[in-house]
Amino acid sequence: MTHWMDEEAGPVVRPYALVGGRTRSSGDALDLVALVTATGAAPSGGFVPGPEQERILALVTTATSVADVASELGLPLGVVRVLLGDLQDHGLISIGRASASERILKEVINGLRAL
Amino acid sequence: MDFEPSDEPVALKILIAGGFGVGKTTLVGAISEIRPLRTEEVLSDRGIGIDDTDGVEGKTTTTVAMDFGRITIREGLVVYLFGTPGQERFWFMWDELSYGALGAVVLADTRRLTDCFPSIDYFEQRGTPFIVAVNCFDDADRYDTEDVRSALDLDPDVPVLMCDVRRRASAKTVLITLVEHSLKVLTASQS
Repeated sequence: MTHWMDEEAGPVVRPYALVGGRTRSSGDALDLVALVTATGAAPSGGFVPGPEQERILALVTTATSVADVASELGLPLGVVRVLLGDLQDHGLISIGRASASERILKEVINGLRAL
Repeated sequence: MDFEPSDEPVALKILIAGGFGVGKTTLVGAISEIRPLRTEEVLSDRGIGIDDTDGVEGKTTTTVAMDFGRITIREGLVVYLFGTPGQERFWFMWDELSYGALGAVVLADTRRLTDCFPSIDYFEQRGTPFIVAVNCFDDADRYDTEDVRSALDLDPDVPVLMCDVRRRASAKTVLITLVEHSLKVLTASQS
């Protein structure tokens, strides 16, 4: 996906071709900073992760945000959400979102001061 | 809420809002690692009698590039900075960006103070904690924070500060002021 004929022509493979033209999946509502982690489970039910999904699985061995996954892959956010939704539906990734506690915020303030 | 295990990874989102050209990107660049992100823009002439797009709704979008900033506080604790798109045609992205956000920095330019009204209205309505940071451009007249507060008709508890977003130390102070304010709002909501 990083190979462009030229800027005008756009990418050789249109991004949505990677997801069968779909723009909707259970990954739709994924927040930009939701954290994605591979479960390590084996694909089941005849689901075969595509090359991009394999890249995602390799990337999220430690918790990685949706924004970072999209940035690393260089794919549009919407496409990444569809890919993630499929992986989640098949139990290959878990997606979590911890809320900010008082303790975390204090840690952030101290961390920013130390920058 | 305070008893989450310390090894649970946490990612926090801070929004940087304000009018076009007010220094949002400069602020993010002064304090964080910049990462590119491609996202979709919904074309404005969507759905004019051509809704036979079963399964190919992607036709009505095109990709746009935006950057975000990342500050790693420690392993497992990362703060993300997202600039809210300035132009009106990107307003659809605001709800998504502000969902679950820790808070927002509204950058203001005293030469064009009205540019930040939409951002302030938006965060007031959504109840997102926000501060106003006045970026002091070299050729702009200086005002004090109370002048700005009254010109923007801000609640007394909304922090207002002057800054120079090109300077890392100043950008740091802006973010710390916001997180301190968010902490205050959080603590108040729990008591």
